[in-house]
Amino acid sequence: MLKQTEGSHAVAEAIALSRPQVICAYPITPQTHIVEGLGEMVKDGSLEDCEYINVESEFAAMSVAIGASAAGVRAYTATSSQGLLFMAEAVYNASGLGLPIVMTVGNRAIGAPINIWNDHSDSMSMRDAGWIQLYAETNQEALDLHIQAFRIAEELGCPVMVCMDGFILTHAYERVDVPTQEQVDAFLPPYTPRQILDPAEPVSMGALVGPEAFTEVRYLAHHKQLRALDLIPQVAREFEKGFGRASGGLIRTYRTDDADTIVVALGSVNGTVQEVVDEMRGRGHRIGSLSICSFRPFPLGVVREALRNARRVVVLEKCFAVGLGGIVSDGVRKALSGIHLNGYTVVAGLGGRAITRASLTKLFENAERDKLEQVTFLDLNEGIVRHELERERQNRRSGPTAEAILRHIGTVASGIG
Amino acid sequence: MFQIRIHGRGGQGVVSGAEMLSVAAFLEGRHAQAFPSFGSERTGAPVMAFCRIDDKAIRLREPVLQPDALIVQDCTLLHQVDLFNGLQPGGQVLLNSNRSIEELGLAELTGGERRYRVSIIPATDLAQKHVGRPVPNAALLGGFAALSGQLRLESVVAAIREKFPKSIADKNIAAAEEAYALAMRAVEAVHA
Repeated sequence: MLKQTEGSHAVAEAIALSRPQVICAYPITPQTHIVEGLGEMVKDGSLEDCEYINVESEFAAMSVAIGASAAGVRAYTATSSQGLLFMAEAVYNASGLGLPIVMTVGNRAIGAPINIWNDHSDSMSMRDAGWIQLYAETNQEALDLHIQAFRIAEELGCPVMVCMDGFILTHAYERVDVPTQEQVDAFLPPYTPRQILDPAEPVSMGALVGPEAFTEVRYLAHHKQLRALDLIPQVAREFEKGFGRASGGLIRTYRTDDADTIVVALGSVNGTVQEVVDEMRGRGHRIGSLSICSFRPFPLGVVREALRNARRVVVLEKCFAVGLGGIVSDGVRKALSGIHLNGYTVVAGLGGRAITRASLTKLFENAERDKLEQVTFLDLNEGIVRHELERERQNRRSGPTAEAILRHIGTVASGIG
Repeated sequence: MFQIRIHGRGGQGVVSGAEMLSVAAFLEGRHAQAFPSFGSERTGAPVMAFCRIDDKAIRLREPVLQPDALIVQDCTLLHQVDLFNGLQPGGQVLLNSNRSIEELGLAELTGGERRYRVSIIPATDLAQKHVGRPVPNAALLGGFAALSGQLRLESVVAAIREKFPKSIADKNIAAAEEAYALAMRAVEAVHA
């Protein structure tokens, strides 16, 4: 059924349709509306046979999800930013134990300085935690990916993180098609665990594993993700058959066939990128874009195929590795091993800074002239940076940086965008 | 694509206003996107929300930088925020005030290259009358339906009904309907 609703609410509906048996969560912006919505559905009885557990922290949220999943039920949680960091140890345990938990990450920056707005620093910090990571472009895709995520997670025995841009998607009202319970039931069978904590047939889970077997266990985790490279597109194809729309998969290309310049990005910014691609195509520029949905496993093969005939690739990232540069760029570079083309990393949208068509157009035109640095920070205000560096040079006891910058630029509430 | 930016203060319902506009457009079979500004959202602080309406799916995720219409819930923002930034020439401005354009010192906006179409609705007064609280949102949406030609009053009423429980919705709808009637009289006066 078509609805005009908030992204968080659409996701809550998708989770409810997936018949979770345990939901445990701790509130943190911008994810909160999702679990609030689910809490209401459990309370008013519209989500049946599901226990909603208010926990005391994100660490507890993931720990309860691990316990529930190990006990053989479908478990779900959601978090953002510092919440994801606080649960980090348990995040690794969930994947190490092979438990098919599904978690939404409402993507938000990581402090300090504290910032509640969107970028990808949180989920990227967990990119090597052994979870599958899928990034949604729209609220429709966020809804669809959650239903697919349970299928993928339970088939492989591997947790799945569905990442959606905080505020930009979680708080956006747009049109979504909410499937029926019958459609979801036909696509997603009841959970049949591979492993279960059962007093009738006791097993150990989480044993100490020494050097004699640790490598093999870790290799098998890698092997599982490589199998996901086949499973993710297969599940997306089945989804399309059952629901009549394409969602998910490993990657999606947009007007890349004869493109000299291809822009690579994750998540909702792809919509804005496509608008710019269309506008530039209209002026004769040979440009296209590539949206990576599956960041873990990283689809080296299909990314290589999609990019190999381009002259240059611009990787637009909402995060970066401090002291190194791009994170997504590393994967893209691996995918292009042995292929000679110009590659640029652009860090954009940090802490909720708007990524505008105007800035992207200028950026892509500079890329076409190969006039970009290896690493560019989009719309970086160099005046502010110079001023602060100079201030710190002049005064040994220069005080806290972030606060000094805020004082320097004055009120921010009056700006648009 | 028609783009609307709503300015107000935290707590006045700026975000709900944009959401209801998007629901109203959806009910007319159109594509719509509403989202809050990513600025500070403390009670009383200047806040913004955005709404886009189009006949095809909306992919753009940037804030509304070149609005076709502005809705200003609180005229004290006129001297604090760069409200008119990016507003297209001939763009629509709907202000909540019980004063005239001249009294607000905004007559110059209607002339020159900008040619803004400025309308004023006493939305807080209407809210006090019908809802009993200074919540100007519904009245402004009713006024917007009359002035913009983008939405029908019935759709706005349905969106208000979707948002609030019945007793609160009824009061807000009464405010919206009176604002619509006031604005229609103003529109007809211009065309007469």
